[in-house]
Amino acid sequence: MQYYLLIPFLPFAAFIINILFGRKIIKDNAHWVSTLAVAGSWIVSVMTLMDVLSGLSVNQNLYTWMLSGNFKVSVGFLIDQLTAVMLIVVTTCSTLIHIYSIGYMHGDKGYYRFFSYLSLFTFCMLMLVMANNFLQLYFGWEGVGLCSYFLIGYYFDKKSASDAGKKAFIVNRFGDFGFGIGIFMIFITFGTTYYDEVFSQAAGHALTRVNFLGFDVHLMTLIALLLFCGSIGKSAQMPLHVWLPDAMEGPTPVSALIHAATMVTAGVFLVARCNPIFSLSETALIVVAMTGAITSLFAATIGLVQNDLKRIIAYSTVSQLGYMFLACGVGAYTAGVFHLYTHAFFKALLFLCAGSVMHAMGGELNIQKMGSLKKFMPITYWTMLLASLSIAGVPGLAGFFSKDEILWLAYSGASPVGKIVWAMGTLVAFLTAFYSFRLIFLTFHGRFRGTHEQEHHLHESPKTMTVPLMILCVGAVASGWVGIPHLVGGGAHFTEFMKPVLGHAEGHGTHAEEWMVMAISVAVGFSGIGLAYFMYVLRPELPGIVTQRFLAVHKVLFNKYYIDELYSFLIIRPTIWVAKNVLIGVTDARVIEAIVNGVPSAIGGFSRQLRKMQTGLLHNYATITAMGIFIIAAVMLLRNW
Amino acid sequence: MEQTMVNQAGFPILSCLIFLPLLGVAALLLVRRTNESLIRMVALITSIAGFLLSLPLFTSFDKTTYAMQFVEKQAWIPAWNINYHLGLDGISIMFVLLTTLVTILCVLISWNSVKMKTKEFYISILVVESAIIGVFCSLDFFLFYIFWEAMLIPMYLLIGVWGGPNRVYAAVKFFLYTLVGSVLMLVGIIVLYLYSGRNFNIVELASKVYPYDMQIWLFWAFFAAFAVKVPMFPVHTWLPDAHTEAPTAGSVILAAVLIKMGAYGFLRFSLPILPDASRAMTPVMMTLSVIAIIYGGIICLAQTDLKRLIAYSSVSHMGFVTLGIFALNTQGMEGGILQMLNHGIVTGGLFLGVGAIYDRTHTRQISDYGGVASVMPVYAAIFIVFTFASIGLPATNGFVGEFLILLGGFKASQLAGVLSASGIIIGAGYMLWLYQRVFFMETGQKVAGLKDVDFREMAALIPMVVLIFWIGIYPEAVMGFMHESVRHLLERVNDGSANGTSLTKNVMEIMK
Repeated sequence: MQYYLLIPFLPFAAFIINILFGRKIIKDNAHWVSTLAVAGSWIVSVMTLMDVLSGLSVNQNLYTWMLSGNFKVSVGFLIDQLTAVMLIVVTTCSTLIHIYSIGYMHGDKGYYRFFSYLSLFTFCMLMLVMANNFLQLYFGWEGVGLCSYFLIGYYFDKKSASDAGKKAFIVNRFGDFGFGIGIFMIFITFGTTYYDEVFSQAAGHALTRVNFLGFDVHLMTLIALLLFCGSIGKSAQMPLHVWLPDAMEGPTPVSALIHAATMVTAGVFLVARCNPIFSLSETALIVVAMTGAITSLFAATIGLVQNDLKRIIAYSTVSQLGYMFLACGVGAYTAGVFHLYTHAFFKALLFLCAGSVMHAMGGELNIQKMGSLKKFMPITYWTMLLASLSIAGVPGLAGFFSKDEILWLAYSGASPVGKIVWAMGTLVAFLTAFYSFRLIFLTFHGRFRGTHEQEHHLHESPKTMTVPLMILCVGAVASGWVGIPHLVGGGAHFTEFMKPVLGHAEGHGTHAEEWMVMAISVAVGFSGIGLAYFMYVLRPELPGIVTQRFLAVHKVLFNKYYIDELYSFLIIRPTIWVAKNVLIGVTDARVIEAIVNGVPSAIGGFSRQLRKMQTGLLHNYATITAMGIFIIAAVMLLRNW
Repeated sequence: MEQTMVNQAGFPILSCLIFLPLLGVAALLLVRRTNESLIRMVALITSIAGFLLSLPLFTSFDKTTYAMQFVEKQAWIPAWNINYHLGLDGISIMFVLLTTLVTILCVLISWNSVKMKTKEFYISILVVESAIIGVFCSLDFFLFYIFWEAMLIPMYLLIGVWGGPNRVYAAVKFFLYTLVGSVLMLVGIIVLYLYSGRNFNIVELASKVYPYDMQIWLFWAFFAAFAVKVPMFPVHTWLPDAHTEAPTAGSVILAAVLIKMGAYGFLRFSLPILPDASRAMTPVMMTLSVIAIIYGGIICLAQTDLKRLIAYSSVSHMGFVTLGIFALNTQGMEGGILQMLNHGIVTGGLFLGVGAIYDRTHTRQISDYGGVASVMPVYAAIFIVFTFASIGLPATNGFVGEFLILLGGFKASQLAGVLSASGIIIGAGYMLWLYQRVFFMETGQKVAGLKDVDFREMAALIPMVVLIFWIGIYPEAVMGFMHESVRHLLERVNDGSANGTSLTKNVMEIMK
C-alpha cells in the first residue's frame, strides 16, 4: 500500500526528464511527459480519496532526512481527509492547466523549461500537502516558492518579470523568517516536529507561558502567530501582500495554477492543518480573523479601480484568501478549506479565461481597450461569466455555498470579533460582485475600444484551451454541491467528511437568522452586479464622473495605497544606503581598515625616525656607544648599591 | 589517554596524501616549462590520484567511535618531544576529502586561464594542497603549526603572482594579517607546551585541565589566529581583497578549504583544550557571529564586483558556522561543521562559476553583465543551483546546515537565533539580486555571443552540484561521520565545568 508515493514522484520524474533532456531531445514534446505524469497523479489521487472515504489513513515515514542529537525528522507522508481534498484540488487544477498550457505556450522558445517548472511545482506542492511533519512542509513551502520565482520570472529578459520573481521570493522570506522560528519553538516545546506528536501534546500546553526575547508570552499564541507569519507571506496577506499582484508578470497558466488555485492557498492549509494549535489561542485566532478581514476589504477596494485584467483578478485572489483566513480565524476551518476548494476552480477558471482573452488580444491586458469580445469568443465569455457569478455568490453556484457558510459561521460563531468580520465580509461580497462584473462588462460588452488590427485578429482560442475552461466551469458551478448546508436541504457532506481533522464549528443561531445572513449576502451580491451593470453598461459615462468627483480617493486606490513606495522608502533604500555609506564607507573603510593599514604605517613611520640614527658617521656611533656603556655602568652600580 | 591507535587502511594513508602532491611537484620540476600541456596533465593526474587515494578514508572510517583513526606516529625531534603524529576523526575527515576534490576542480578551471608561469602555478596549487591536508591531519601541535604557516607561502604567491590588478596589496595584506594572528597562536602553543610538561600531543593536551585564567589568555591567543582565518568580524577585511584579487583557483581554495582552517582550529583546539574559557566566551563569540551574519549580508547589497560580493557573503556564512559551533549544543555544532563543508562546496562552486565566466568576459563588474541566461543556459542552470544552495533552500545542503545552526543557536540564545535568522532574508536579497543582474534582463554587450560551458568546465562544476543535492537530500551521508566526535567534544566542553573548576582549583593550590 505505497502507491500513493506515485502522486508526488510522477511529476518529479517528469521534471527530471524534461530538465535534463528537454532542451536538446524532447523539445516541443515536453508537454507529453509532464501532462501524462500529472494526469497519473490525478488518477492516483482519486484512488486515494476513495480510500480515505472508506476510512483509511496513512502516516508513514520514508527515510530519515535529518538527524542531529535528539532532533530527528523524516521524509514522511500523512494522508487524511484534509490531505485528500488538497490532493484533488492540486492535481485536478494542475492537470487541466497543463493541458491548457499546451495551447497557450505553443511555440514559446522555453517550452520544455515551462513544463519542467510546472512539474517541479506540482511535485513540491504535493510534498507540501502530504507532509507528516513541519520540516517537510517547509521543504514543500520553499520548493513552491522557488518554482513561483522561476515561473514569475519566466520571461527573464524582461526587467519587470525578473524584478517580480525576485520580489516574490524575498517578500516570502520575511514570512518564512517567522515560520522558521515557529518551527524552532515547536521543536523546543514538543521535542519533535511530527504533526501527530505535536498536536496530541498541544492541549497539554494550553496554559503554558514562556519567556520569548524577554517577554512573558502565552506559548500557543506565540507558536500560532509565528506559523501565521509564514501564511501571511505565502498567501499574500497584509502586510506582505505586495508580491502577488506583481506576480502576474508570469505566464497566465502560472497565475491560474500557482497564484490562484494552489500555492497561495498553502497558508490557509497551514492554519487549517495546525488547527489544534490555533484553537488553543483566542488571541491568535482574532489576529487571523482580523488579518483576513482587513486584507479582504483592502484588496477588494484596490480591485475596484484597476484596469489590468490580470491584476484585478490577482487582487480578487488576495481578497478571497483573506476570506479563507477570516473563516479560520472564527474557528470555521472547514468553511475556510471549503472556500479554498471552490475558489480553486472558479479562480483558476477566471485566470484561464483571462489568458484566453489575452491570447485573442495579442497580449493586451488593459480592459479599457477591450469590449464586445462576447461575440468573438463565446466559450470564453460564458465560462468567465459563470465563474464571475460563482465568485459573486449567486445562489446555487460553488462560491455561494462556501461564502455563505463562512459568513454564517462568522456571524453566529463564538468568536469575539465574529460580528465585525461578518460585516466586513458582507461588504467585501458586495465589492467583489461589483469589480468582477465591471471586468466582465468592460471586457465583453459594449463596443470594442482597441485598435483595428487587434479587432481583426479576435478569435476564440483553440480546443486545448477551451476544453479545460469548460471542465473547470463544471467545477466552478458544481463543486459547492458537496457542501450544501442542512438549511436548504443539503447534507453538508463536506463538513462531515472534514470533521475528524478540522473539528466542527457550530453556528449558534436560529434558522431565521441563518436565512437572514444568507439573504443579505445574496442581496449584496446582486446589488454589486446591478451597480456594475448600471455604471458600465447603462450609463458608461458614470465611471468617469465618479472618478473626477473622488479624484484623491481614486488616486490612492489606483496606486494601491502606495504600499510599495512605502516599503521602498522605509526598508529597501535605507538598507542599501546603510550598506554603502555606513558599512562600506565608515566601519570597513574608516575604522577597521584604518587600524589594519594604520598599524603598519605607524611602524613604518617609527622606523623612518629610527633610521635617522643610522648616519654612517663614525663619531656619532662612538658617542652612542659611549653613552650606552655609561648607562649600563650606572645601572649596574645603582643595583649593587 | 585511552585513545586506541588504529590505522585501518593498512598503510600510512595520511602521509601518502600529504606527500603525493609533493611528488607531483617533483615531477613538475622535471618538466620543461614550455611544455604547458604536459605540466597541466601532470598536475591533473596528481590531483586525481590524491582524490582517489583519499576515498578509502570515506569508506573505511569507523563511525562508531570518536577516537582518532588512520593514526601514524613517529618520533621526530625526541629531544623536544616532537612527533610526526597524524590522525583523523569525524570532525576533520570531511575536510581532507574536500581538499583533495577541490584541488582537481582548481586544476580544471585554471586549464586555459593561467597562461603565465604555468609550471610555478601548478606547483603552488599542489603545495597548498599538501599543507592544507597536513593541517587537518596533524595531531602534534608543532607539526600543525608548520603546516599552518607553510600554507601561507604558496597562497601568498598564488594571489601575488597570478592575481588581479591590485594583487600585491592583497597578497601582502593576506600574509601579514594571518601571520600576526598565527604568531600569537605560537605563543599560546609554547605556553601550553611548557605547562603540560613539554607535550605537543593535541589529543593529550585536550584531556588535561588548565587554570581558568590561563585558559582565558590562551583562548584569546588562539582566537587571534583562528578568527582571522575564519574570518570573523571585525578581522575580516583581508578576505574581500584576497578573494577579489586572487586567480579563480586561489579564490576557490581560499573559500572552499583555507578559511575552514580557522573554524577547524576552534573545534580542534579552543574548545577541547580550553573548555572553561570557551564556555565563558560564548556570549562574545555568539555576538561576533551574529554581527558577521548581518553585517556581511547587508554589505553584500552594495557590492558592484562579482567576486567581492561572494567574498562578503562568505563572511556572513562563516558567521553562521561560528554561531553554530559556539552554541555548544549538538544541533548547532553539527550544523556548524556541516556548514563548513557546505560553504566549501557552495562558495567554492560560486567562485568556480565566476571564474568560468570571467575567462570569457574579463570583467568582474556586475553592471557589465546581464542576460547571461539567454546565451549560456546550461551555465545559468548550474549557477542557480549554487545560488539557491547559498540561500539555503531545502533539498540543498545549505538548508540542512543553516537550519541546524539556527536551531542550535536559538536553543542557546533566543536573541541570537532570531537575529541570525534575518540572515536568510538578507541572503535571499543579495544573491537573487546578483543573479538577476548577471543572468536576467537584456543581454549586455560583453555577454552577447558567449559560448556555453564546455566539457572541461562542466567537469569542474558538476561535482559541486551533485554534492549539493546529495547532502541536501541525505545529509546523514556526511553527518554520520561526525555524530560521535561531536558528542565527545561537547561532553568535554560542557562537563569540563563539573570536575574542571574543582580540578582547576587543585592545580592552582599545587602551584602555590
